[in-house]
Amino acid sequence: MDHHSRRTFLAFFCAAFLTALPFGPLFAADAIKLGVAGAHSGDLASYGLPTVKAAELVVKEINAKGGVLGRQVELLVEDDVCKPELATNTATKLVSQNVNAVIGHICSGATKAALGIYKDAKLVVISPSATNPDLTQSGQYPNFYRTIASDDAQARMEVEFAIGKLKVKKIAVLHDKGDYGKGLAEYAKKFIEESKKATVVLFEGITPGAVDYSAVVQKIKRADAEAVIYGGYHPEASSIVAQMRKKGMKIFFISDDGVKDDTFIKVAQKYAEGVYATGPRDTTKNPLAISAIEAHKKAYGADPGAFFLNGIAATQAILNAMQKAGSTDYAALGQALQTQFVETPLGKIKFDKRGDAIGVGFSVYQVRKGVYVEVK
Amino acid sequence: MSSGPRFDMDYFLELAIGGLTRGSIYALIALGYTMVYGIIELINFAHGEIYMIGAFTALIVASVLTMNGMTGVSVLILASVVAVLYAAAYGFTVEKIAYKPLRQAPRLSPLISAIGMSIFLQNYVLIAQTSDFLPFPNLLPVLPFMEPYSHIMGSTELIIVLTTALATAALTFFIKFTKLGKAMRATAQDRHMAMLVGVNVNRVISNTFIVGSALAAIGGVLIASHIGRINFSIGFITGIKAFTAAVLGGIGSIPGAVLGGLVLGWTESFATGYVSSDYEDVFAFCLLVLILIFRPAGILGRSSVQKV
Repeated sequence: MDHHSRRTFLAFFCAAFLTALPFGPLFAADAIKLGVAGAHSGDLASYGLPTVKAAELVVKEINAKGGVLGRQVELLVEDDVCKPELATNTATKLVSQNVNAVIGHICSGATKAALGIYKDAKLVVISPSATNPDLTQSGQYPNFYRTIASDDAQARMEVEFAIGKLKVKKIAVLHDKGDYGKGLAEYAKKFIEESKKATVVLFEGITPGAVDYSAVVQKIKRADAEAVIYGGYHPEASSIVAQMRKKGMKIFFISDDGVKDDTFIKVAQKYAEGVYATGPRDTTKNPLAISAIEAHKKAYGADPGAFFLNGIAATQAILNAMQKAGSTDYAALGQALQTQFVETPLGKIKFDKRGDAIGVGFSVYQVRKGVYVEVK
Repeated sequence: MSSGPRFDMDYFLELAIGGLTRGSIYALIALGYTMVYGIIELINFAHGEIYMIGAFTALIVASVLTMNGMTGVSVLILASVVAVLYAAAYGFTVEKIAYKPLRQAPRLSPLISAIGMSIFLQNYVLIAQTSDFLPFPNLLPVLPFMEPYSHIMGSTELIIVLTTALATAALTFFIKFTKLGKAMRATAQDRHMAMLVGVNVNRVISNTFIVGSALAAIGGVLIASHIGRINFSIGFITGIKAFTAAVLGGIGSIPGAVLGGLVLGWTESFATGYVSSDYEDVFAFCLLVLILIFRPAGILGRSSVQKV
């Protein structure tokens, strides 16, 4: 670049800047500002970026139709790299930019760190992916909503199914001592005890990869359990079920999405029959999900990544709430989120008082004739 | 939960039989560890992988035979025979590649070589086969006379226990009364002296690996039938447990390996049954520590003067 062209460039830049100045703020003052915060770089970027794309797609569509409340919607995308210490900066920045609501954050830890700042600023936050149960259940964050089921939702579903549908009174809760399995089992135990309709007759961790589970199977039998709730993955589940059935025990076996896997049926074969497992609700037949995935493919030339549909649902939910509430006022938004249903790719949802989505989550499946079938 | 302090005999029996099955499985694998250790004082960490390869071979053969319309006991026999031959060939080759060149090296070198072989074989099967769990058909016949007792002990369990007993008896006979067995004992006592009196030590060592690997393959078929699934990593935990059993019983001793396996199996079974399966391994290893404190050479091990 020679001296002359640099000056031309500078002049052009100044001109562009000056001409933009009078119109920019005018336009922005009118627009609804939606913060999108999450991991957009670093190791976990793949969890955060799909939500940015989801928000872009929803906003583009809604702006083309004239926006929300007659105003265009503008996205302010901020990266927190999934780090709590950066998430507070991200939140402060979004608050200082006067956003009307926030989609995010992505990671539970970062979300928790940022929530206090949003709460003080009276901003509604909807996360597509933060699953930590405390975020909603602690009651500390009345401004927080999410379009994904919390970690304990599966355990709750299993317990409600066992007690409500299968009418069992004595439940043995087993787990594989891993973070996932043990976490689920502990929630299941808690929910069973809280329900007071059934008792936990056995709570034990088994050793993954052991050559034999007959001792623990005998123990289940001796405890006179009517159902087993197992937290863990399919390899151990198939061994335990097979040994139970070989010993003539016909009691219910209920497990989680670590078992709701076709490998389980392939390995356990005839013993898999009748086993219950919870898994994410099927969205593959939802026309909104199909069209959202199509739109993503058209716009970005690839299949969407993790939490994309949850991101779409979060953006739709907040924009719908603004439309229904007729304002972006904090109290009105909260009221609308909790009362107004919205059609999303995840189904028809609204939020409960704590901020968890009603209508999002898990279904119970049962192995029937060698395939998992949703139990209605 | 339990109905007072009453002693439940049925429950005790069920746990005892469960422990017996589990212990027999450990014992069958432990025999291979203990034989190799007895002869060349090497802990053959690749032994668990030989067991895994035996199970995989049996699965492949059984699948092919079943696809061709064969059923019943003939599948079991053919699959076992091929698995035994194949695993024996692996054991033989592993020894030739990984241990023989290191025979004069310091004792730690073959140990490292064994760990390397174990990792290699696991990953070899992972790449050549699959990382998924595969269903293993129950090849063992269902014995009709055991059916009424299946809640306590099924046919599979009975067959496992009997096979281990038979294999141990055959092995003991082999070592006590055959020429090769005598050569093995001589090599175990003093390799150089055996060589001087004309024992072909290299052949004896090769044969030890072959016999040990064959036993591991039988174990592989039985256990895979029992638990109904296999993948490339099943040899690891079973290998560690069997090794523990061998040490518990006194490594180098054949009856010791069996006793060690049974003691370990019972400890785990009763610990699970009367305490909690959370602490299954804790109890097993506490027992190991206790026994080694009072009998450093294991239950039946001879505390021999260190050969220098």
